[in-house]
Amino acid sequence: MVNESAQIATEPALRAENLNVYYGSTLAVREVNLKIPKNKVVAFIGPSGCGKSTVLRCFNRMNDLIPTARVTGTISFQGTNLYAPSVDPVELRRRIGMVFQKPNPFPKSIYNNIAFGARINGYKGDMDELVEMSLRRAAIWDEVKDKLQESGLALSGGQQQRLCIARAIAIAPEIILMDEPCSALDPISTLKVEELIHELKQQYTIVIVTHNMQQASRVSDLTAFYNAEALEGGSKVGYLVEYDRTTSIFHNPAEKATQDYVSGRFG
Amino acid sequence: MNTPNTSGSSLESQAAKFEVDISSRYRTDSIFKTLTWLAISIALLVLATLIVDVLFDGLPFVNWDFLTNFPSRKPERAGLLSALAGTIWVMVTVAVIAFPLGVGAGIFLEEFAEDNWFTRAIEININNLAGVPSIIYGLLGLQVFVRVFGPNGWFYELTLAIKESVYQLLVEAFGNNSMLLQWVYGLLTDADGQITGVDITGGRSIITGGLTLALLVLPIVIVSTRESLRAVPDSLRLAGFALGATRWQVVRDQIMPMAFPGVLTGTILALSRAIGETAPLITIGALTFISFLPENLQSPFTVLPIQIYNWVSRPQKDFHDLAAGGIIVLLVVLLVMNSTAVLLRNKLQKRF
Repeated sequence: MVNESAQIATEPALRAENLNVYYGSTLAVREVNLKIPKNKVVAFIGPSGCGKSTVLRCFNRMNDLIPTARVTGTISFQGTNLYAPSVDPVELRRRIGMVFQKPNPFPKSIYNNIAFGARINGYKGDMDELVEMSLRRAAIWDEVKDKLQESGLALSGGQQQRLCIARAIAIAPEIILMDEPCSALDPISTLKVEELIHELKQQYTIVIVTHNMQQASRVSDLTAFYNAEALEGGSKVGYLVEYDRTTSIFHNPAEKATQDYVSGRFG
Repeated sequence: MNTPNTSGSSLESQAAKFEVDISSRYRTDSIFKTLTWLAISIALLVLATLIVDVLFDGLPFVNWDFLTNFPSRKPERAGLLSALAGTIWVMVTVAVIAFPLGVGAGIFLEEFAEDNWFTRAIEININNLAGVPSIIYGLLGLQVFVRVFGPNGWFYELTLAIKESVYQLLVEAFGNNSMLLQWVYGLLTDADGQITGVDITGGRSIITGGLTLALLVLPIVIVSTRESLRAVPDSLRLAGFALGATRWQVVRDQIMPMAFPGVLTGTILALSRAIGETAPLITIGALTFISFLPENLQSPFTVLPIQIYNWVSRPQKDFHDLAAGGIIVLLVVLLVMNSTAVLLRNKLQKRF
């Protein structure tokens, strides 16, 4: 059940239609239809193996890197299908950035962690300025401004994750995808990242996968609940159960499965 | 089936079923410790005996003359200058050929190639090649580099035939005295005005030896390159791709800097193997007695192991001691080579 009125308030940044993802011959996620509105935070929740991360990775075609993965259906991004032959995944990934579950800074200096993406994408502006701006936007500038030449790996886990967010926004993406960005962080670092997400949605559209329902209710405007159903032969296929305003999902869901999940009865 | 009882008394009876016997476990521990210690001691003892023996026999002979003299029939005048020079020439050739080819192949197989039956077949074959006896490589080198690409070989005949027919065609087309013919004739002929074929290796030469040994160590370089690349966490690749990097940009800027120390170590090990090889070089026909220095890659050559082998196989005791001296020089060359590479590695390895 997908509530249309909640989604059409602004023009969508991304629109998935009849999205199916296969790994080899197994269907992993079926028939996903949803619109991600601009400058909103959309949370994907659901039990493990329901395909929420898989759908997220379709948005910047990271699934292309898995040789067996195959996608049918369309994802529209500014009027073009992401999976059209004319779309170059390398170019696309500059415009749709990604933050991973485990902080993965490069084993380089903090400065070069930020500068790498800009350099490979042919950035012509002032690099020092870009580094400072990105770190400021990721709310980590004050903590690292005196040690820009030190290793990114010397930072704490929470700082590393904010460095990865800074790295993602340094190449001026329009959308940022976050795959459980706080699951490896302590509560205080988590809070900082959540505050940052709140700040970032002024300028970016954010899609965040999370296992933490409190987090979904705190940071997101819209929430998509995915579930998995077992097929004959033991495999599982994920599907979108319900997509609506976050308040509706958590307080007044239309589907019983959603109600059961958000109230902690399963999952 | 009994349902497990969770009351306290059952927990005690359950605990009573454990026989901890800590002393016997520690005894097994120390037995194993002794055994492993014994294993390393035997290995070290054998090595130490070898080195001490060689040093006793050979050290009195290692002096400046030994290093700067050519081989001789008289032990007191014999040196290993030509072998030392040959070893250095051949090793540089091997490094220059095997490093880019091996590292390139390793990067291709690990980072670029798709996982299909073809790449898996290549993989299995490379692993098998690493175990092929070196003399087989000698036979390969003899056939390909000495006979096919050497003087009067198949390749020489082919290029000669091509050159001659090109010349004939030009004569028929433009006549005997055209400017074009003069110019082409200059290109086709050697210094004596004869049309010759192309002799790439010059036969039993440094380049032949270098190519043969490069083939021999190539599998080692490829396998160690792949292993170092595999040790770089995938999360870094994903991070690079997510920033809009191409595969080459990810490899060049993120993966190779991390994998490079391992790649270098593998290459050193490969070169260390090549420097001691004798059989394939004897097979391709490297000479055992050379009293001049190599001038270019097509020069005949000998190397230290062959010189040592040559001295050992003579009846006089003095030559046996010279061989021990040669072993010392070979070990020193090996050590110098390895420590240079270690220094290089530490310099390149950024501490992040």
